[in-house]
This record gives sequence, C-alpha cells and structure tokens, in this order.
Amino acid sequence: MKGLKKKIDSVKPQFEKGGKYEKLHSVFDGFYTFLFTPNETSRSGVHIHDANDSKRTMIMVVIALLPCCLFGMWNVGLQHALATGDPNHGVFSLFFYGFFATLPQILTAYIVGLGIEFVVAQIRGHEIQEGFLVSGILIPMICPVDTPCWMLAIAVAFSVIFAKEVFGGTGYNFLNVALVTRAFLFFAYPSQMSGDHVFVSLGGQEAIDAFSGATPLGQLASSSGPAQILGVNGTPLTFNDMFFGFYPGSWGETSTFCILLGLALLLVTGIASWRIVLSGALGGFFMALVANHFATPLYPVTYLTPWEQLSLGGFAFAIVFMATDPVTACRTTVGKYIYGFLIGAIAIIIRCYNTGYPEGAMLAVLLMNCFAALIDYCVVNANINRRLKRVAAKN
Amino acid sequence: MAELKRIKKGLDIPITGAPSSRVTEDKKTTLFAIAPDDYPGPVWKAVVKPGDKVKAGDPLLKDKATGKICLAAPVSGEVVEVNRGERRHIRFISVRKENGEKRPFNVAKTPEEIKAAMLESGLWALMRQRPFDIVPDPEVAPRDIFVTAFDSAPLAAKMIDQNQREWLEKGLACLTKLTAGKVYLGVRSSDNLSSRVAEVYEFEGPHPAGNVGTQIAAVAPVNKGEIVWTLDAPTVARIGKLCEKGEIDFSTKVALTGPEIRDPHIVLTSFGANIESLLKDELKNKEGIRVISGNVLTGIRVNKDDFLLYPYRQITVIEEGDNADEFMGWASLNPMKYSVKRSFPAFLRGLSKPFEFDARLKGGHRAMILSGEYDKVFPFDIYPEYLLKAIMAGDIDRMEKLGIYEVAPEDFALPEFVDTSKIELQKIVREGLDNLRKELS
Repeated sequence: MKGLKKKIDSVKPQFEKGGKYEKLHSVFDGFYTFLFTPNETSRSGVHIHDANDSKRTMIMVVIALLPCCLFGMWNVGLQHALATGDPNHGVFSLFFYGFFATLPQILTAYIVGLGIEFVVAQIRGHEIQEGFLVSGILIPMICPVDTPCWMLAIAVAFSVIFAKEVFGGTGYNFLNVALVTRAFLFFAYPSQMSGDHVFVSLGGQEAIDAFSGATPLGQLASSSGPAQILGVNGTPLTFNDMFFGFYPGSWGETSTFCILLGLALLLVTGIASWRIVLSGALGGFFMALVANHFATPLYPVTYLTPWEQLSLGGFAFAIVFMATDPVTACRTTVGKYIYGFLIGAIAIIIRCYNTGYPEGAMLAVLLMNCFAALIDYCVVNANINRRLKRVAAKN
Repeated sequence: MAELKRIKKGLDIPITGAPSSRVTEDKKTTLFAIAPDDYPGPVWKAVVKPGDKVKAGDPLLKDKATGKICLAAPVSGEVVEVNRGERRHIRFISVRKENGEKRPFNVAKTPEEIKAAMLESGLWALMRQRPFDIVPDPEVAPRDIFVTAFDSAPLAAKMIDQNQREWLEKGLACLTKLTAGKVYLGVRSSDNLSSRVAEVYEFEGPHPAGNVGTQIAAVAPVNKGEIVWTLDAPTVARIGKLCEKGEIDFSTKVALTGPEIRDPHIVLTSFGANIESLLKDELKNKEGIRVISGNVLTGIRVNKDDFLLYPYRQITVIEEGDNADEFMGWASLNPMKYSVKRSFPAFLRGLSKPFEFDARLKGGHRAMILSGEYDKVFPFDIYPEYLLKAIMAGDIDRMEKLGIYEVAPEDFALPEFVDTSKIELQKIVREGLDNLRKELS
C-alpha cells in the first residue's frame, strides 16, 4: 500500500490550488480519503478520538441494507418468473434477472446524485460528504422496478439539489432525501408510478392469463370489502409470503424479514435509534389495531390484521431505514418516542383511510420530518422552563 | 453518612499506561515556570525581570486591573526569562531553582486574612469560578464552594494521600469562612474520605464523575446570576497548610502516564517543572510522540522545552500517529480500534481492556449528523447539541436559557471524544464563554 500511497501523493499537487486539475480537487480528495484515512491529528481539545467516523457510519447503513437489496433482486426475478409462467428457474438465474433489471436504476441514482455532490463540494470548497452513499442505494430500492431511468435521474437531481444542497448539504437537510425523490416520482409521474405493470418486471415477455401485477395494498385499495390478497399468478398470499416478502412492490422493501436483519445490525452498532423503531412499530401496531376493530368495507385496507399491516408495503422499511435518519428525525430522546409513534400511526391512517394512496409510510415520514423540529423545540423548552423554575424557586 | 450520587452517563476510556503507585522524587529538575494562559480571566502583568531573585511564594505576575491576584514563583531562585509571544503576550516566566527557601506567610484566621494570604501566595488563582470557568473575582462572594477530591479522567492518579487529609480538613475549614453558603466536598465512594466542616457527597460511576462540573450539576446547579467557586482537594490542602502554618507548598505529585511512557508512575516535583527534565529516561520513543500536560481529554500539548501546566497533576504521552497512512480505515476490522459505537469489532474483545490510542482524528470534519451521541456521556440536565448550536450562532439569550452558566469546556471533552463528526466542541464552548463574558461586562 505504501507504493500506491506514494504514487497518489506524487500526483496530489496537480489537484491542489494552482494545479492542472484544480477543478477536480474535491473529487480527488473524496477518493483519496476513501483510500487512505487522513493522517490529520487533533489540534485543539481532546487528543484522542473514537475510531468511528461518518464514512464508517454510512457504510454500516449500506451493509444493513444489503439483505434487503439482495433479496429484492432475487424477488424481482421470482415475480418475473411467476408473471411469465416460466417454470424453469434456479436461484441464481432469478437473482441475475433481478440484478440486471435493477442495476441501471442503482447506477443512475449514484451517478446523478454523487455527480451533483462532487460539483457542489467543489464549488463550496468542502470535502465530499458520505450522506449520498446511503441515499443512492435507498432510492432505487423504494421505487418500482420498472421506473424509467430518466425519471429517476430527474427525481434524484431534484431532491439532492432542493432537499439537501440548498440547505447546506448532509447534516442540514430537514427532509429525507430518498423519500423526497420517491415523492417527486409519485406526484410528478402518477400514471407511471402506479397500476398493474410497473411493480413487476416482465422484460418484454408476455404475462400469463391470470397475471395481476398490483401490489397487495394496491389490490385492497381498489377492492370493495375484505378481499383475498393474490400473488402475481393469481394464487392467494399467505402471511409467510407477506413477512418474507414474496410479493410485488417497490423492490427493496417487500421483505420484513430482511429488514429485521438490517435492523439488528443498526441496533447493535448503535447507529439507528431503537427508540424511533420501537415507538414507530408500536404506533403502527396500535393504529392498525384500532383500524381493524372498526373495519368497514368503505376502507377495505382496515380488514388487514396489525401483523399484516406491519409486514406489507413499505411500512417496516420506512420505520427502520427512513424514520431513523438522524439528520431529519427528532434529536431529543423524548422527541424520538413521539416522532416514531406518530410516523407509525400516521402511516397506517393514510394507508387505511386515504384510498387514493395505497401506501402511507412515505408521506408519514415526510410529514413528521417537517414536525421533527417543532417536537424538539417543545422538548427543549420544557428543559428551559425547568431551569427558569429553579431560579424562580430561589427568589 | 454522606449522600451517594450515582453518575450514569459517562465513559471511562481505557488507555494503556496507567500509573503504578510508585513515587519517585524529582531532584534533577532545576527550571520551573508559570504560564499565565493557564489562568483565564484577568490580564496578567509581569512584576519581575530576568535576573531578579525570588523565593517560592513571591509574585511573578499580578492581574492588571486590581493588582491583588498574584501568580507566585513555585521555587526559590533566579528569574531566567520572561518569554513573550505575539504582541508581547507573556507565554511564561521561568525560574531556576537554587535552594529550598520559601517566603513566610502569617497564620491566617479571619476571612480577610485568609483571602489576603490566598491572593498573595498565588493559591487564589488556582481556584475557578462558574460561570465562565475563570479565576474568581475576590470582590464577589460565592453562593457555594465545590471541591472535588478525585480525578476520574483517563489514567489519572489518586488525588489526595492519607497524610494530606489533615491539611485538607483545615483548608475546608478556611473555605467555609469565605462563603455564606456551603462548602461541598465530592469524593469517590470507595475513598472513605469524610469531613466535619464540609458537606460530603460520594460519587459513583464513570468519568466525568470526578469533574467538579458534574458534581455541581448533581448537587446544586448554577443558576443565572449565581457564582460558585471550584477547586481540587490538593489545592485545599495547600490552603490549609498556608493558613494554619504560614507555609506555602507548591510541591505536587505528577502522574507520568500513557502508552509511550516506559514505566508509568508518580513523580514528586513542583508546579511548572520543565518537561524535558521530568521525562528524561522515561520515554519509550523520542520521535513521533505527543506529550500532553494533563490528561488526554483536557490536557494541553507541550514541547520538551515547555513546562508542566495547570492543574499540575498529570503528564500523558501518546503516539502522534501522523504517519499511519491507514488504508481504507473506514472498512477496518482491526479489533484494536476503540469505538463506543460497536461498528468496529473491538467490542467483541471487550471495551474495558486497555487500548493504545494515537492523536489522529480518524475521520473528516462533518456537520452534526448523528443525534444523542453527546447525551450518553454528558451527565447534565442540559441538551448539549442545542447549547452548542446556540453558542455557534452567538445567540446569547438562548445560551443562557439552555444552561451555559452551568458548564465549562472540560464538560464537553467526552462528547468531543465520541463525536463522529469530529467537531472541536471544547473550543466552541471556550469561545462561547469568553464572548458571553465580554458581552456582559
């Protein structure tokens, strides 16, 4: 590694001020610090530091996403095989079908998003920040598999610029970047983002006669009473199918099991707040229980049991990977409980009682992103009042 | 029975190089110095010239405004140098030790006598006041006085010995005369330290349980408009000796600690001892090291021709590490990389076993990203993130409301250590306190 370091150090001056490639300084610096942890030592304050840094933190989240990501790819292949009635499929052929179906989206998200990050970092003279490493993989995972790449590119550009960079970059945004991308797609291209075909990749092949590509929640939203949820080839879905994620949907978020694997890593490493996850799950469960108790044919989603509610759609994914985004969530301990609970509850409310939106998790998180600062404000004010009372008690 | 306070939030950072109880006497050091930067608050003026003869306890510097608060020579001998930095700012005044003479003081009994003796002997300046963490103003009486009798910082040695306990008690008796309020003594619950004149609180738990700021927060927090004084037990023992016997004592036990010290132990020397002389034959390596006067959290980096700095209790030597060139450190599976986050495999090895640390930041500077990191090691009823943001924004009203009067920079040392974004929190707090003081004066 010494040789590599020497080689890179020898070209370094060309990327610094006055050098030939001065305009690529941020990009160079980004790759340099990626390869070699900076040797910078502390100048003021504490002389030693915890080994954890922002790169490590972001990489841990990406690793936590891997089970969902790999399963999602395989599931794309599985849904394709079911939809086209192709009986001859092995695990690997299914996975590679899904891998090549989703790869263009992943590449699009990273190239567009990181490209903008690089340019902005160069303009501001900042280091490149790692926030988009996570957003870049999250974005394709919460989109339908057949989302056209050009739409994705526009949505990513919009959200990176207007939800993040205008506020100052990673750490200053108040809305979750990945969800803003998803919301942009949802509202800008509603006809392409819903319906029967977008969630299952047919790859140009004919679907079988019994094919229905609607997601479970989509099927319920358009039914008129307690309905049997069907898979893409018309067979009914069991709870196991729902929990392990063998159904069509935004490709990275269907498997609650894989999400729980990722959650385990996030909780062990202490990166995600267990408070948000716990209260979010409780909020969702509680609301689903209430909805189920008052189930009515007018709102057919209310017929789902709480366990089904928690397993289906993007709920679990949103609670584990979106609500816990530390930058856009509440920052106070008490605030986190309130924030998580309300996300869970509101997600189920939207899902059940607004038939226009089959899934409510995205809107619930974005809504609570807006209120996170207000919740924190109230919590911090309680602390301030406590302090004022202490003074008043003395006088 | 003393009341027991359990400090739950905090962290004992496990570093190799804890000192043994072996005490050696430092006979070789001849050069000693006092650095006025150690005493924030007053503007200091030199009252000696190179070549002057001084006795231990004679003033070297006085505060410019009143001339009452002195910084005294730690040893008896000849003034060697008044070292000035930029804009004639005094960096230090050094004295070459020639003999063991000491300036005699009168026995002090009344509050006025005690105060005068402390001011003249330089012991006054060893106290700090909250808010602002500065040398206290002698004209303003404090609400209470807080004394800590143990140091919980990484690798710190025991603060007070059996034979000092008598002086400690006498010093506490003197301090009770300086306040209408109480004198609190914070002790480690296992130390069996008691007092008849002070209110004793026992503390249990990780660092910063020994920080006087933590103890104030647990016992009686500082409110707006109130002033408390803080000091450590060895200083109180010195005050006891001064007032009872008229003898000034600037000797101090310094723990030589850290992974780069050959045989970590305790050295008996005096305030401001020359670093090179103290560390002679003690270092494992001569190059690539960082010498810190104090502990790794709040200490100050010194060169070999510098001097032991306030609070004169500890020297830590660690590896600098600036040539590590670590390849893809963010992907490291090295079990020797300490992190409280458990995103490194070190936690499988056990986080209480000692680790070797170097001075690297181990990451780039970022905006505050993760939340709640600071709270876990910050045992105050304060929201540290919000207070820090108020300080950065220069919003005085909000700083007051969020509790700036209760904190000192050292209280933010552990948050700074665990910070993923590598923000210089202690520096922010110090600047915030200084600006606030300027605005209010």
